[in-house]
Amino acid sequence: MKTLLIKGGRIIDPSREYDAQADLLVKDGLVEKVQKNIKSPSVAEVVEASGLVVFPGLIDMHVHLRDPGQEYKEDIFSGARAAAAGGYTALAAMANTEPVADDSSIIRYVKERAEGAAVRVYPIGALSKQLEGKEMAEIGRMKKFGAVAFSDDGKPVVNSMLMRNALQYAMGIDALIIVHEEDPYLFAGGAMHEGSVSSILGLRGIPAAAEEAMLARDLLLLKESGGRLHVAHVSTAGSVEMLRRAKGEGLQVSAEVTPHHLLLSDRAVKNTGYHTHTKVNPPLRSEEDRQALWEGLLDGTIDAIASDHAPHHPDDKDVEYDFAPFGIAGLETTLPLMLDQLSSGRVKGLTLSLLAERMSTAPARILGIEGGTLEEGKPADITIIDPEKSHTVNPGNWYSKSRNTPFAGRQLRGAPVCTIVDGRVVMKEGAVFEEGKRVG
Amino acid sequence: MQTLRRKDILGLEEMSAEEITLILDTARSMREIMQRKIKKVPTLRGRSVLNLFYEPSTRTKASFELAQKYMSADSVSVAGTSSSLVKGETLKDTVRNVEVMGIECVIMRHPVSGSTAYLARNIEASVINAGDGMHEHPTQGLLDMFTMLDKKGRLENLKVVIVGDIRHSRVARSNIWGLQKMGAKVTVSGPRTLMPVDLQVFGVEYTPFLEEAVEEADVIMALRLQKERQEGGLFPSLREYSELYGLTTNRIAGAKEDVLIMHPGPMNRGVEISSEIADSPRSVILEQVTSGVAVRMALLYLLLGGTKEE
Repeated sequence: MKTLLIKGGRIIDPSREYDAQADLLVKDGLVEKVQKNIKSPSVAEVVEASGLVVFPGLIDMHVHLRDPGQEYKEDIFSGARAAAAGGYTALAAMANTEPVADDSSIIRYVKERAEGAAVRVYPIGALSKQLEGKEMAEIGRMKKFGAVAFSDDGKPVVNSMLMRNALQYAMGIDALIIVHEEDPYLFAGGAMHEGSVSSILGLRGIPAAAEEAMLARDLLLLKESGGRLHVAHVSTAGSVEMLRRAKGEGLQVSAEVTPHHLLLSDRAVKNTGYHTHTKVNPPLRSEEDRQALWEGLLDGTIDAIASDHAPHHPDDKDVEYDFAPFGIAGLETTLPLMLDQLSSGRVKGLTLSLLAERMSTAPARILGIEGGTLEEGKPADITIIDPEKSHTVNPGNWYSKSRNTPFAGRQLRGAPVCTIVDGRVVMKEGAVFEEGKRVG
Repeated sequence: MQTLRRKDILGLEEMSAEEITLILDTARSMREIMQRKIKKVPTLRGRSVLNLFYEPSTRTKASFELAQKYMSADSVSVAGTSSSLVKGETLKDTVRNVEVMGIECVIMRHPVSGSTAYLARNIEASVINAGDGMHEHPTQGLLDMFTMLDKKGRLENLKVVIVGDIRHSRVARSNIWGLQKMGAKVTVSGPRTLMPVDLQVFGVEYTPFLEEAVEEADVIMALRLQKERQEGGLFPSLREYSELYGLTTNRIAGAKEDVLIMHPGPMNRGVEISSEIADSPRSVILEQVTSGVAVRMALLYLLLGGTKEE
């Protein structure tokens, strides 16, 4: 019987609207009880948490682990360690691997390989075979083997009939579809947001309409077919407005936003002198879009914060802007960046319980997985935060194999200090543990 | 004489009117050297320059190479196709390898916007942008201003009209920034699909009607129209483009009598400019080329001259 006691923290559990100073006792990997002054003389391990905040374990619902196939960029283990270091207890891994996770064998590979990893790894299956957007992948079989959602993420589903059929089919087997909204003709080889900055820099632009046109189509199809849909990395004011209206009409649509779209605008491309760490898809949008994303996040139009962790090898990014791949690595920065936004007071209405909801409870609900709660009897997946801890983003110290972040060198206040999965400490004071052994 | 207090020449957007004035003044002295019987000064003797052209170029490359020879600099030229580019070596590795052979200045033309900024960040040598993607072509902007100044005696309050594919043009961007810093007024004209998004950010006037744009113009500059733009669906045909935006005597009748006609080359005769205009006495298209050598000599002098102890 293994026990662990978290003493004296502020416990925030949005699943029960609980927010109080209390102790939390873990027994055999489950939350045993949450109450003030738990007396338990025989506990094996005590985590002193006075002055700290206790969240249900954070879940990153949008991660690229690059495994199988591009393990030089990241693999299941390095990605899971990065997640633990970043305060996550679980992540969902996208299907655009090599080979593509469009078949139950790849889903099984990811699940089996992740068994010894630091955090829970939930595979997402491809929506179409080979991500080609032609034929539906075997989403029923993949679901049976543990895929939690289906997505061609990285690519849009251009064929409207396929999208329509997939929505109908998925509804029949209660599967979740996640869409990457992008009209390839409007995207047209763009490298950054289309607007005044792209005009000055002479980079080909990706208009906001590239995302919005596809979202409008999918909302129409969803309305017709019923079922549910999750929209990945929303980036424009127009998308936020459409989602708000769709939710108002009662459509079962959910959406996520990334920290880089919340914190940076297209000006970053100019201010960094075309640094490729600002190259991401969807691109960093205009200042107006950025503001609208915050509004959407705060009013619940946007349900979740996800990193869209897109690791690349430093060599891949150390090239001319047009030649660099899209992507920002975010597992080890997302929570600290959000906590810093909170502690700086820059965002009115941003609270710790809102963060816990958007980063834990909501992703669990959307994906239909365990977690997102500190309810008694549930798995003890817990993230402990020091909202005052000052630190500087230093990719050189990451557990991820990647270094591609536009936030390097940023001074932040607020960081995770302990991550607990299944009642086991997997990160403490920045050090990650796998099966009880310290790594890195 | 003063020198420029910067390592690189990446664009005119980031340059001040004082710096531009210094370069144009210096170019005037350089042109005198070009008019001598023996066109050579020892100013940059022992200094080494690399010309790195990842895109084809006749004028700009020849102009830089001659500028280097007239100044007695040692130089090597590497063209995209003959280099390690095709062997998969990165830009950074290519240039670092040449840099350790003693290169102090790299002149680069490259199809990707921002590639010169990227290079400048990664090497110690000076970088002069000879055209990066659709971003800037600062030496072209400077030589165009030098030509206008030479012919008109001033830049302030000149009405300069740039006609054509502004959206994809590094020449237009450099001219727009440079001219406005020097007090000229810039109007652009061309199909809406060939204008940059959020055009107002450049501070220029726009009208899609050429006749209206050129009214009372001091300078009209036609840009080269690239055929790929038609295939990209940005305008219907060369024939239609030429009928709407090609410079002809009739169409520019509203301009000032002594209007200067310019073109950065290479010209598509009969498309963006008619031969009668290109070869008219008002055309300074060849003078632009001469100015190019003087301006590039000036830049080499200002970046390299006097910065290193003998």
